[in-house]
Amino acid sequence: MNLSQALSFVKPEIAVSITLVVLVLFDLIFHKDKRIIPYLAMAGIVVTGIILAANFNLTGTAFKTGGQYGMFTADPFANFVKMIVLIATFLIVLFAYDSDEINKITDRLGEYYALIFGMVLGMFFLISASDLILIYLSMELLSLSSYVLAGFTKLRDRNSEAALKYLIYGAISSGLMLFGISLVYGMTGTTNLFEINSLIQTPDINLYTFAFAMILIFAGIGYKISAVPFHYWTPDVYEGAPITITAYLSVASKAAGFALLIRFLRVGFATYVDKAGNWQVLDLFDWQTFLIIISVLTMTLGNFAALWQDNLKRMLAYSSIAHAGYMLLGVLVFSDKGVTAVLFYFFVYLIMNLGAFYVVMLIANKTGSEDIDDYDGLGYTAPFLGVTLAIFLVSLTGLPPTAGFIGKFYLFIALLDAKMAVVAVIAVINSVVSLYYYIRVLKHMYLTKNDNAPVVPVSKLAFSIVLVLSTATLFFGIYFTPVSDWAKSAAVILGIG
Amino acid sequence: MDGFPILSLITFLPIVGLVIVLSLPKEKAQTVRITTLVITSIQVILAVILLANYNYGLAGINDPNSFQFVEKFRWIEIPGISWIGTIKIDYFLGVDGLSMPMVLLTALITFIATLSSWKIDKSVKGYFALFLLLDTAMMGVFVSLDFFLFYVFWELMLLPMYFLIGIWGGPRKEYAAIKFFIYTLVGSVFMLLVMIGLYFSTKEILPDGSSAYTFNMLAMMNPHNYVSTGILSPLNPSNLRFIAYIALFAGFAIKIPMFPFHTWLPDAHVEAPTPISVILAGVLLKMGTYGILRISFPIFPNITRELMWYIALFGMINIIYGALVALAQKDFKKLIAYSSVSHMGYVLLGMASLTSVGINGAVFQMFNHGTITAMLFLSVGVIYDRAHTRGIYEFGGLANQMPVYTGFVTVAFFAAIGLPSMSGFISEAMVFLGSFGTEVIRTLAIISTLGILLGAAYMLWTLQRIFFGKLNEKWANLPDLDLREYVMLVPLAIVVIFLGIYPSAMLNIMNTSVKHLVDFLAVNAHHISTTISAL
Repeated sequence: MNLSQALSFVKPEIAVSITLVVLVLFDLIFHKDKRIIPYLAMAGIVVTGIILAANFNLTGTAFKTGGQYGMFTADPFANFVKMIVLIATFLIVLFAYDSDEINKITDRLGEYYALIFGMVLGMFFLISASDLILIYLSMELLSLSSYVLAGFTKLRDRNSEAALKYLIYGAISSGLMLFGISLVYGMTGTTNLFEINSLIQTPDINLYTFAFAMILIFAGIGYKISAVPFHYWTPDVYEGAPITITAYLSVASKAAGFALLIRFLRVGFATYVDKAGNWQVLDLFDWQTFLIIISVLTMTLGNFAALWQDNLKRMLAYSSIAHAGYMLLGVLVFSDKGVTAVLFYFFVYLIMNLGAFYVVMLIANKTGSEDIDDYDGLGYTAPFLGVTLAIFLVSLTGLPPTAGFIGKFYLFIALLDAKMAVVAVIAVINSVVSLYYYIRVLKHMYLTKNDNAPVVPVSKLAFSIVLVLSTATLFFGIYFTPVSDWAKSAAVILGIG
Repeated sequence: MDGFPILSLITFLPIVGLVIVLSLPKEKAQTVRITTLVITSIQVILAVILLANYNYGLAGINDPNSFQFVEKFRWIEIPGISWIGTIKIDYFLGVDGLSMPMVLLTALITFIATLSSWKIDKSVKGYFALFLLLDTAMMGVFVSLDFFLFYVFWELMLLPMYFLIGIWGGPRKEYAAIKFFIYTLVGSVFMLLVMIGLYFSTKEILPDGSSAYTFNMLAMMNPHNYVSTGILSPLNPSNLRFIAYIALFAGFAIKIPMFPFHTWLPDAHVEAPTPISVILAGVLLKMGTYGILRISFPIFPNITRELMWYIALFGMINIIYGALVALAQKDFKKLIAYSSVSHMGYVLLGMASLTSVGINGAVFQMFNHGTITAMLFLSVGVIYDRAHTRGIYEFGGLANQMPVYTGFVTVAFFAAIGLPSMSGFISEAMVFLGSFGTEVIRTLAIISTLGILLGAAYMLWTLQRIFFGKLNEKWANLPDLDLREYVMLVPLAIVVIFLGIYPSAMLNIMNTSVKHLVDFLAVNAHHISTTISAL
């Protein structure tokens, strides 16, 4: 395969890189008018989206290092997750318009968007990476951009604290991951996941060393998806970072992390996929048991810790940990059905979680706080935001008729199809626990009397964004065929067998 | 009636009302009330039209061809790729003898509750919007024949109820509201798992010969549709199906509420405003027993037969325990709440008999309890509106002060006790007839008759404490019923007395279906048991 052929696989990444360069150049040349930068960013996103959609079913690997398979894989699965990342990016750019935090740093707006596109580029490569080296590099690109963004506004001490904590935890986990990668290279002599798959099918592999290496690599992945016990950074960083970035981390970077995990397992360990879409997985390392434990711990800890939070951003941080636990359920069943469920969940989670964060941001613009006590009586003075936040939170709980219910419904379908009734029972008990802290916000908004609740002004743009997101949350709760069709057609991962 | 979607209309009419109410300005409280009243009146008219066109000879239960006013079309279809199979969810509505009485009850009670809500003046718009949403959810539960659809309606009810108790309730409203919500949600999430499990254990043969997993309740009842490898298949040697039955039953039992899951009920009732108590006792509790009859019994006939003694046992505990606790209450409303626990016990006892008489009695008792308890809670509301207290001991001698009110309360009390010529008598008598007739649960039925005695005791004693004796001077100025209260109480009193004298009017509606259900259970329980033992 020559270079031009290989490059045709990375067209979306090229579009992102060009946008990134244009943003930086524009920022350098036109010092005065930064207002146009968001439009440039949106144009870049739209163009990338069109390229992605046009090549949606493109399947293959590029950048071969000698073997049959390259280090970069394009398939519908990758394109679906990239689409999720793009939609999230688009919304984040829109969110920034009404964000007081971002509007205070207008003079540095160019860097802000350039860094966001750095993250996008990192995520795109991460989603498609089928080589340990590329995984590591794209992970670093993603992380370095996000470290800076977490503390970007420098408005509060919290910002810097968030950035520093993120950096320290990130450095440790990426170090662990690199160590794991080196062990795998030592055992197999390659970093390509496709080749690793066949090379580890020999009795020569030392099972203990291998398990050790896998746990180390999972430390890196677990950090990105904030799975327990690699979640420590999440609450502090989510609370300290600007809300737009918090929302972005909770959706896009998590989706990319999950995509990496799924591809890593599918390409590295699945040897055969039967007609029903169930994967046959190598038993060198008991991924299933390992992931069940991680998933149960993640959702339980996330939900129970969220019960005690009085800051809404922090509560949503723990809630996002819990949701990572739910999404792991779709991974650990090792089937195409599970992948469909996870992809579906990404989409739903994108809508409802960004919606919730956005409403919290709009309210914080007015009240200057995310404290739950400042939500007292807000349902009456800000009826629109109150009702829509209620819709997003009910959807996060997973009650019908919202999209969140359908998301959970698909995960449970995958789980019960794999006959894991006990895990399913733990998961539903968890969703009952989660009801308590989500409904607590509604309690403060509607059940607590407060005559001094502030009136929250909503701009036309904010109004339409919230309206679209909340309508989508309800609509996809009642009629979800289009999304599930799309998710199912995207559950095609290039792998062996 | 062919082709006219009357069930969709009766179910989603409140949603139309909801949209109208939300688009009205906040100041037009009276218009909001009238809109809701018009909507609920139309619902009553539609329910009467349904009844007028209802064919008493068709059974329903498991036979899709004998359901009436059926509306069925594909709601969600995700066409089959080889590895996932077709996922399909139907929009499938229909009524039979089990659901018809419940539809009538829901329409009637919602109408009365609207009138009873007239004096609510705190965020009127929000109140009636949630009220109408609740209305749709309740109606939807009783007419859905697709499990997924049923579940959506079942859960849809929770949120409006939470707010209706939590915003318009009494002093401990927040506690009561969240307790109600969490209790019911625990029950329903297990129902969700059982539903998905059943989905993977049922394959319906489509007209084109292919087969697909389905949420259709009627298909789940047919043993030919079992998938032997399904997680909840009776042919599966693991005992998961048994556990699933208990989980599903518990989900319904929380709603009834069955001992020991009943503790949310007194809290919810005491804190809820009167109209919401009326709906809660009048309609919501019936969903639990309706779900058991509609889903648990026909889908798991053999397990039902195995566990009938335990169901009757819990029925007995409900009857006796509810009555004993009611005897000890000093709060009028709490007393009525516990009397509900006791009276729902009769429903459990009646259906555990698995005889035609017993189940007829149970369904009839569901209807009667709905009307009688609605009257009782309205009576509590009447006195509370005037005196702002519900303490039984604070009253006395009200009979002279409020003679008409006393008359209505006496009718309701006597109906609740089960005095002949009142509807409660017929249904309780049938429940006992049915349960005495079933060897297995006869002892439990005999003990349960104590409940009648206790019921008479707490009811008559309360009557005496509130209405007879010396009038407390404090209440010398209490006015008697006003026109609105007449309009609420008179129709219920008429229904209660009419069905006491001429019960066939209601029994004929349900009889064909109940008979069919009993036969179906007997045949299938036997069929499944022999299939399992043959393995």
